[in-house]
Amino acid sequence: MAYSDKVIDHYSNPRNVGTLDKSKKTVGTGLVGAPECGDVMRLQIEVDEATNTITDAKFKTFGCGSAIASSSLATEWLKGKTVDEALAIDNMEIVEELALPPVKIHCSVLAEDAIKMAISDYRVKNGLPALEMEKSHH
Amino acid sequence: MLKLPIYLDNNATTPLDPRVLDAMIPFFTEVYGNAASRNHPFGWAAEEGVDYAREQIAQLIHCDPKEIIFTSGATESDNLAIKGVFEMYSQKGNHVITATTEHKAVLDTCKHIEKLGGRVTYLPVNEQGLISLEDLEAAMTPETILVTIMYGNNETGTIQPIQEIAKIAHKHGALFMTDGTQAVGKIPVDVIADGIDLMAFTAHKMYGPKGVGALYVRRKSPRVKVTAQMDGGGHERGMRSGTLNVPGIVGFGKACELARLEMAQDAERLSKLRDHLEKELLTLEESYVNGSVERRLPHVANISFKYVEGEGLMMGVKDLAVSSGSACTSASLEPSYVLKALGLSDDLAHSSLRFGLSRFTTDEQIEYAIGHVKEAVTKLREMSPLWEMHKEGIDLSSIEWAEH
Repeated sequence: MAYSDKVIDHYSNPRNVGTLDKSKKTVGTGLVGAPECGDVMRLQIEVDEATNTITDAKFKTFGCGSAIASSSLATEWLKGKTVDEALAIDNMEIVEELALPPVKIHCSVLAEDAIKMAISDYRVKNGLPALEMEKSHH
Repeated sequence: MLKLPIYLDNNATTPLDPRVLDAMIPFFTEVYGNAASRNHPFGWAAEEGVDYAREQIAQLIHCDPKEIIFTSGATESDNLAIKGVFEMYSQKGNHVITATTEHKAVLDTCKHIEKLGGRVTYLPVNEQGLISLEDLEAAMTPETILVTIMYGNNETGTIQPIQEIAKIAHKHGALFMTDGTQAVGKIPVDVIADGIDLMAFTAHKMYGPKGVGALYVRRKSPRVKVTAQMDGGGHERGMRSGTLNVPGIVGFGKACELARLEMAQDAERLSKLRDHLEKELLTLEESYVNGSVERRLPHVANISFKYVEGEGLMMGVKDLAVSSGSACTSASLEPSYVLKALGLSDDLAHSSLRFGLSRFTTDEQIEYAIGHVKEAVTKLREMSPLWEMHKEGIDLSSIEWAEH
């Protein structure tokens, strides 16, 4: 399988690999996928409560190069965005940016789900209702 | 300078030994006759080349040269043996016994004869990849005409107890066939001592050319016959029609001669090199050898690295040409059925790498491979949430995963 240069770049030099303290109220965690499916993505955001802005984002991913690249790219995009802006990230933007082939679109879906789940987790921690997660397509 | 990528996929195919090529070349341009042409020297010279090769091959596996039937490769030999025995011995019975870890050339041929009214028993294997002799004994019936169990497995290198299997088959009046593709030329294979009635093998797994293989068919005690699957000029004692691939056969013969002369030293060097590779890679936590360590081909290692994903791992070891437990069935992302038959979970099967060494593999290449794999696994684990959870002592099976 031929990977795009951008996927190879993110795979070789992943941005923002790591772990945020999930016990903090300002940190939201999204864990999506399953080991037997071959992809598990954990995406975390840290939010500045005053401005509702994402100040930090970290990921860890078990998966193929495209899954690693999708989550790495997502963390890059999340930093500096407000929570509302982050919610608007669509998986197809990731597909376009990384030139993912059709068989790898699920990696971008997973990244979008992880973003939404992290935001939802942050909301719940701060007394807001959980996000309605649409059942992801497959 | 080390040339990258390094080829460590020698169970898929081996490079041609230059000495084999030298033997073949005259048979393309000078000795180009049809070995079946009896009326002129061009044909005689070609036939002489084929006869010599037949002897070289026969010497390697300790049979009579007349017992070698040339084919296009091991897949054709497997097909000819199984379908040919099924047709030839249909009066006696319709039952065939094989194992779940056989190559697709055997399994799919067995599926084929099932459609023709055959009955096939697929024996399971233990975690070492070995069949149980008790299971085999229990599966034998008066209708059993053939037991077909591979010599050495292509994915794990596990060597089956061939002599014991042959004895059980013969005790019940069945023929014993083995797919010797990975074993012949790598370890001593003696069709007499081993009690083999039919054996498929091929040139390109032992430094010979692609497109030529053989089926050993026993002529004495018992005299085995297979129904031809290709109709035509009646070549190869009527068992396989088609003009002989003379240059390929000459190369196959040379490859067998070299294997006979160099097998012992190659095996000794390669098993040491393989053991070194394996020992080093097993220093990584949560890495496991797949298949039997005691009963194994000398040049093969199959290792799973837990908590890294197979495709990501393949991408990380881009300087190596190896097979993975998920990529080897190519297009599909199905984990290897061989590793699953050993009882491996899907994720462990996916995260496996198969290393196949060759006569041409160097110490330097293996040193590089060790460092490269260690680096890739370590890097991917640092990136893996599963590894982090494992390190924190979380039982991954206790988590409710959001299936997607």
